[in-house]
Amino acid sequence: MKILVCISKTPDTTAKVTFTANNTKFAEESVQWIINPYDEWYALVKAIELKEIGVATAVHLITLGNADCDPIIRKALALGGDEAIRINVDSQDSYYVASQIAAVAKEGNYDLVLTGKETIDYNGSAIGGMVAALLEWPFISHATQLVLENNQATLVREIEGGEETDQVQLPIVVSCQKGMAEQRIPNMKGIMGARTKPLTVREPIVADSLTSFIQFDLPAAKAGVKLVSADDPEELVRLLHEEAKVI
Amino acid sequence: MSVLILLDQADGHIRKSSFEAACYGSKLATQLGVSSEALVIGTVSEDLSSLGQYGINTVHSLSENSLSNADAQVFTKVISELVKNINATVLVLSNNMLGKAIAPSLSVFLKAGLVTGAIDLPETNNGFVVKKNVFGGKAFAEVGINTAIKIITLNPNSFPVTKIDAIASVKPFVATIPTAKVKVVSTKKVEGEVSLSEAEIVVSGGRGLKGPENWGLVTDLAKLLGAATACSRPVSDINWRPHHEHVGQTGLAIAPNLYIAVGISGSIQHLAGVNRSKTIVVINKDPEAPFFKSADYGIVGDAFEIMPKITEAVKKLKSKY
Ligand SMILES: Cc1cc2nc3c(=O)[nH]c(=O)nc-3n(C[C@H](O)[C@H](O)[C@H](O)COP(=O)(O)OP(=O)(O)OC[C@H]3O[C@@H](n4cnc5c(N)ncnc54)[C@H](O)[C@@H]3O)c2cc1C
Ligand SMILES: Nc1ncnc2c1ncn2[C@@H]1O[C@H](COP(=O)(O)O)[C@@H](O)[C@H]1O
Repeated sequence: MKILVCISKTPDTTAKVTFTANNTKFAEESVQWIINPYDEWYALVKAIELKEIGVATAVHLITLGNADCDPIIRKALALGGDEAIRINVDSQDSYYVASQIAAVAKEGNYDLVLTGKETIDYNGSAIGGMVAALLEWPFISHATQLVLENNQATLVREIEGGEETDQVQLPIVVSCQKGMAEQRIPNMKGIMGARTKPLTVREPIVADSLTSFIQFDLPAAKAGVKLVSADDPEELVRLLHEEAKVI
Repeated sequence: MSVLILLDQADGHIRKSSFEAACYGSKLATQLGVSSEALVIGTVSEDLSSLGQYGINTVHSLSENSLSNADAQVFTKVISELVKNINATVLVLSNNMLGKAIAPSLSVFLKAGLVTGAIDLPETNNGFVVKKNVFGGKAFAEVGINTAIKIITLNPNSFPVTKIDAIASVKPFVATIPTAKVKVVSTKKVEGEVSLSEAEIVVSGGRGLKGPENWGLVTDLAKLLGAATACSRPVSDINWRPHHEHVGQTGLAIAPNLYIAVGISGSIQHLAGVNRSKTIVVINKDPEAPFFKSADYGIVGDAFEIMPKITEAVKKLKSKY
């Protein structure tokens, strides 16, 4: 049972969001890069757990991006991935990225593709579902639990207003969120071992882009807070009713 | 040509976010000079012709309740069939759990460019450009769609519901429904009375509340206001509150009219999920809490003393109306 985990790099959650080149590009200077939290905490750790309990035989990682991604991939390998593939291209269109991932998943005969539920920078929440559709595999979105037995997966996923337990035969694509696994910290042995694990760089296949980012803007700054005395909470309620008109 | 809107339902009622999608899709149809059509799957208590009030010209009614679970492959086949039948050039869904589960698959099947989490009508004078939130609400992006068919998922609470005096024609839609590969074993409702993503008012608590036994401070006010409840990440991590209440950059992103944050410091990751709220109220005993910088109204003080007084004042206000 082979797992392919999709890893993306995102700016650290405390990074200042600014844009350059006439607001057409995210300003990357002095940004710290991290593994997208959903990919690291949930998709990757779940895959590692499945290998530790002997259900999975291999955990491979895939990322699309330039050489800037390598430290991120090494960290993912340090956490426990066996080997990694980097598709050497920068793209912001989900369909293009999904096409690359689907091609690798098919060629490598994977049984399970795990993604995060979304990237915390461009907030697409699209790639997992697209990979599944391209492969014509079932897609389980927003999964919070996954148990594998023989070739059957039992999953719990969040649906609008509740949760659902599903059963489905592999191969499948699963987008992962909180509940799937617990965040881990790489240990020294993992970090040392990651240096020699295989990281294959490949060129992309020909694929279409269906969308393009044109421009970015920052929201207008807030006018400033209106403070109400702690002795007079009634005044707050009055303001919310008469001024803000929200209650 | 037409704009097709998927209307999502809960327990036989069309969801509030779907009415928003209906108004959004209908305005867009007017803008493009095409008809506005909706798909309703399963039986709902609403009179379908009354959906004309939201600008819908034709409602396609698929009376098939077994589709109410979100198997992306099944939905994709069914919706794509209707898209082709009525020559839809834009498909609008709500950016809720259902929309997120099925829109990517529809995008592939129809080879249609997808923008998730739209917050405004597209600019269609020169191309087709959709505005969405990125970086968890810290910025906006304008995204162009370059394909003949376009798919948009609309963020809940981003578009106003307005009504007109009109009725829609209702047509049965008989679709070929493929066998689902995903077997649903069970479903469980976990949502409170008010859905967090759709709520107009949200009362939220942080670590400042000291423990789950004190959550009455949050839930009493929420109940009175008809609000949903939410929490910061550490609060759900230590199981004071359920996971689905966690808002922020790694939780749910919400945009209510009013967000009341009690005992929450206002870290950058928390703000990312709530800063699209129209009005933010912060109650925190630390005047230096970063949340005050993003708030519209605030009280510096002890939540344990202030919250009961606010609840009392709201009770008084409500009794007047
Ligand atoms: C990668 C990453 C992702 C993250 N994602 C999220 C996310 O999605 N959502 C999220 O919320 N956090 C997230 N966090 C965590 C975030 O950084 C903060 O640690 C967290 O939001 C703090 O929660 P809090 O405000 O409840 O607790 P604290 O920071 O401990 O703040 C408690 C506040 O309560 C106040 N207080 C104490 N007693 C009282 C009282 N009696 N009355 C009134 N006020 C009182 C204090 O002054 C303080 O401001 C993330 C962190 C990382 C690193
Ligand atoms: N550049 C990328 N390379 C590999 N996987 C990616 C990339 N971008 C996104 N993903 C995966 O797809 C998931 C959803 O991303 P998105 O649809 O862009 O929000 C992420 O959590 C990753 O698992």
